[in-house]
Amino acid sequence: MTPNAAPELRGGALHAALAAGAPVPGVPVSDVDPFSVEFFEDPHRIHHELREAGPVVWLSSWNVWALARYAEVHAVLNDWGTFCSSRGVGMSDFAREKPWRPQSLILEQDPPKHTRARNVLGRVLSPAVMKTLRERFAAAAERKADELLALGTFDAITDLAEAFPLAVFPDAMGLPKEGREHLLPYAALAFNAFGPDNELRRKAMAEAGPHVAYVTDQCARERLAAGGFGAAIHAAVDAGEITAEEAPLLVRSLLTAGIDTTVNGLGAAIYCLARFPEEYAKLRANPALARNAFEEAVRFESPVQTFFRTTTRRVEIGGVEIGEGEKVLMFLGAANRDPRRWEEPERYDIELKTSGHVGFGSGIHMCVGQLLARLEGEVMLAALARKVGSVEIAGPTRRRYNNTLRGLESLPVTIRPA
Amino acid sequence: MPSVIYIHPNGSRQTLDVPAGQSVMQAAVSRGIEEILGECGGNAMCATCHVYVEPDQLDRLPPMGDDEDALLDGAAADRLPNSRLSCQIKVTGELDGLVVRLPDRQV
Ligand code: HEM
Ligand code: FES
Repeated sequence: MTPNAAPELRGGALHAALAAGAPVPGVPVSDVDPFSVEFFEDPHRIHHELREAGPVVWLSSWNVWALARYAEVHAVLNDWGTFCSSRGVGMSDFAREKPWRPQSLILEQDPPKHTRARNVLGRVLSPAVMKTLRERFAAAAERKADELLALGTFDAITDLAEAFPLAVFPDAMGLPKEGREHLLPYAALAFNAFGPDNELRRKAMAEAGPHVAYVTDQCARERLAAGGFGAAIHAAVDAGEITAEEAPLLVRSLLTAGIDTTVNGLGAAIYCLARFPEEYAKLRANPALARNAFEEAVRFESPVQTFFRTTTRRVEIGGVEIGEGEKVLMFLGAANRDPRRWEEPERYDIELKTSGHVGFGSGIHMCVGQLLARLEGEVMLAALARKVGSVEIAGPTRRRYNNTLRGLESLPVTIRPA
Repeated sequence: MPSVIYIHPNGSRQTLDVPAGQSVMQAAVSRGIEEILGECGGNAMCATCHVYVEPDQLDRLPPMGDDEDALLDGAAADRLPNSRLSCQIKVTGELDGLVVRLPDRQV
């Protein structure tokens, strides 16, 4: 290999790169498609290849830059001036394409607009608010654990990872009872929509109509019960912090990002605890580890796998110069297992100091719902730890395919009382 | 290297040499001080890095921002006049010898 040649990652990669016109000579090129079924089935091997190829890799499958190392992902997340969100955090560049739905007022904005919305949602989901929810959520988790023990064998995705957030989150939002079955399909759609125009995205778009209609309706002030997050957002209109037109869009952000994410977080935690019985034994011995066991599952599985940024100017990353208006893909899941940052990244360790992982992002856009996600994860795992003696996988698992979210479609388990 | 003294809830004192530029939270988490969680990684979003700064040392610190002020209202242990978020305290040579007391819980 000449010193200047790009490392070849897979058969034909270099060739494909030349055909696609890799923009900078000497930059590692990969032709892997991170939005393909092959990738979803085993991302870790390819994450490893991408990390080792260099700090920046050109993905010739979609003509975007990609970052798989912790240091670069973390740096980009913390430089919103250079790597903006207002041109979309998916593959689509809003400067060139019309967004598929009205642009988010928080996720897809930069300061100062972002700051205003963020202040409102930050308060709606603050640590003080979490304190008021804890008891109710913990009681719901106890009930769920009892129900599951009565079943013995069940699907940990539908009956637990989906059922528990669905039992607490819509009520906490203040949503009416009817129509909640649209929440998960809507979220799956929104997270597929961050990906490229592939089969997954097109299929989701084709079926979007009723789900979009439902969510749009629930964002109105009169749909949302007093005391919930939705009402609290609308109250910010009265305080003059946001306009009456903005409030429904902020409600929409929570309806989009507030449920499928925690479903996949909780699913990841159960899948980890079932695969690593010695970690479950530690949790049983000390249920106070529940919160960290959940957090570590978010690091280990990274239920939100990827987000994009768009460059606002020419910039150098890891010695590579990138032009203005380029899409940069951040592999959160790869950063969360980068051996440059983590001592034993491939081990699920419920006592790991997880602080600094990027499963919830980092910087100004870091997940505004992280405290709610942790609360749900903690109380559910703590209830299991107290009541359930063992968790075993009881049948074949099946993966769920989504352009952004990582999780299972089916996880049959058998649990036994403590 | 500047040092920071952490006082555990049982009264025992632990002194860490902290590279300038690290936060009081980062230093604690990376050196295994269990009473600080730092769940948001220092982004001033979680309030799990709450500490009590020795009252006579409070004016050595930069003033707190609005985010920090709001978050401290939700801290798990009681908020006191000397409460701060340790991720917002960057260690510098000037802060050498800073003393912080650790609360008994962060969630
Ligand atoms: C385990 C569960 C969750 C994971 C893994 C997760 C992950 C993430 C990530 C990675 C980001 C950063 C996006 C970016 O940098 O562009 C984010 C932002 C966000 N999350 Fe979450 N999230 C979770 C739960 C939640 C919940 C429960 C809610 C709402 C109740 C929520 C609402 C949001 C919102 C509104 C944003 C945008 C924040 C901003 O742009 O300032 N998330 N989340
Ligand atoms: S580490 Fe989260 S607020 Fe300090």
